Amino acid sequence: MEQSSRRANLFVGLWTGFVLVAIYLPIVCGALAGLAKGRYFNFPVRAWSGEWWSRTAASLEIHALVQNSVVIAAVVTVVAVVIAFFGALAFARFDWKGRRIYQKILLLPIFFPQPVLGLALLLWFNALGVTPSWQTAIVAHLVWIVPIVTLVIAIRVYGFDPVLEEAASDLGADRLFILRTVTLPILWPGIWSGALFAFLLSWGNFPLSLYTAGADSTIPKWLYSKMVAGYTPMVPALGTMSTLAAAVLLLGGGLVMHWRRRRAAAAA
Amino acid sequence: MSSAAAVAPDATLPVAPGVATGPRLSAGLRCALPVILFLLAGFVAPLVTVAAYAFATPKSFDVFRSFTLANFAAIVDPANTVWTSFAWSLVLASVTVVLLAIVAYPIAYGLDRVFGRWSGLVGTLFVFPLFVSENVRLYGWVLFFLKNGVLDGFLKWIGLSGGPEVLFTPGMTLFGMVYVYLPFMLFPITLGLAMVPRDLIDAARDLGADRLSIWRDIELPLAMPGILIGMLLTFVLAAGAVAEAKILGGQSIIPITQDIEIAFTYAQNWPLGSALAVILMVIVSGLALAVMGRLDLDRILGRR
Repeated sequence: MEQSSRRANLFVGLWTGFVLVAIYLPIVCGALAGLAKGRYFNFPVRAWSGEWWSRTAASLEIHALVQNSVVIAAVVTVVAVVIAFFGALAFARFDWKGRRIYQKILLLPIFFPQPVLGLALLLWFNALGVTPSWQTAIVAHLVWIVPIVTLVIAIRVYGFDPVLEEAASDLGADRLFILRTVTLPILWPGIWSGALFAFLLSWGNFPLSLYTAGADSTIPKWLYSKMVAGYTPMVPALGTMSTLAAAVLLLGGGLVMHWRRRRAAAAA
Repeated sequence: MSSAAAVAPDATLPVAPGVATGPRLSAGLRCALPVILFLLAGFVAPLVTVAAYAFATPKSFDVFRSFTLANFAAIVDPANTVWTSFAWSLVLASVTVVLLAIVAYPIAYGLDRVFGRWSGLVGTLFVFPLFVSENVRLYGWVLFFLKNGVLDGFLKWIGLSGGPEVLFTPGMTLFGMVYVYLPFMLFPITLGLAMVPRDLIDAARDLGADRLSIWRDIELPLAMPGILIGMLLTFVLAAGAVAEAKILGGQSIIPITQDIEIAFTYAQNWPLGSALAVILMVIVSGLALAVMGRLDLDRILGRR
């Protein structure tokens, strides 16, 4: 009995390790291809070179892409977190008449194939007479990201006791003050992870940007166009850089969260 | 702790209690309003536009001005082979769902029961790929399976005859889908397993139930809402997938989303593309609403 459960746990651990290796394998392959000398990738790599990295870092075209991606992700993050914060309160905190149906409708954009959503938005922008650009890409990203951030924050809201707000209100605090000193600090970890999700999902998004960014390009969109036609090792180099940037951001975000939690625990 | 500004009366706030202006909305609806309005303008309106285009004159841009079923007639015309794209997408999506359930279940079990304090880290390692654009990850597999790529080169280097030629086949497309959509199966199943009360399993074990019957009679039924969400999510995403077929599949098969895309771009036949999109949307949202209608999201996401 004891032994068979240990064997099952060993299997689970090995399987998880195997799948994790498979998940990161292509990312490692991309990193190798970006660091190999020569225009065409051969394995084992005979000569290494930082040439493609330095060329990528120096390219003005790529500077513009990075700027687009950063601006889009930053605006998406701010707008998504504000809308989703209230959306999450409606999702999980308040009991109201339309809540069940609201919960389900909110999930529909997540349960929707993104390329089709992108094309639908393209048609809609066209019907409105709006020329697609990085601004319309922001709207497109938000359609998909607002529901996700709402869910992320809502999970935190479920663990939040409304009695705390009522107590503050009984003691004479007004709504804004309660929001700032009671609600926000308690929900802070959810809001922080929601913001991280928003930024990173927008940063990595390809299908929505492809159809709704018009003539403007983002990093994933540029990478795709070069994969289809005109491959250079700058493609894996930029892909790796973009992945590393996301990893650094996630790690930094996680550290901030960890540090805030420890400080809160020490203060309590 | 209290500053003068902070405790000032909030007469300026429209939400102040007791200040009734017009018909009062409940607090929940007031909070939901920004999301609802945004999704009406950014999700519902585009879908309505697509639906309207689907009934417009073929190869025209006469949206809202014409009504015809010609686009749908063109799709069901036996001379049209677009149904093969639908069939490929739906078959690949179904197989993806089955494979992912098998791949993800043990990992979800591990995240819930086995990894203990490491499960946060392991979970993060599975989330992270979501933040790397799928074309970058899929292209990494091209570099892996390519002739003289990582696998082929490695096998030759150790003295074998080289790797199999699997790139640009339908099987590779399937592999890409399983790879890309793993997190969408893994996390819902983990949520589902977390809903299974541990003491129930202990009780069953104490009463002499074996592992198989515990799994079949307790774990699986109680975790089913999460498993269903995972299956629904991965099916829907895989049915609309296109990047896998383009990058890994080398267009050896054409998924339905690619047909839609071709109608919108090269063919410049927006009404036909819209009609195809409408059919896909009906399949997808019908399935989503049918499954979600049976679920209690409050329980799955943590409200007790």
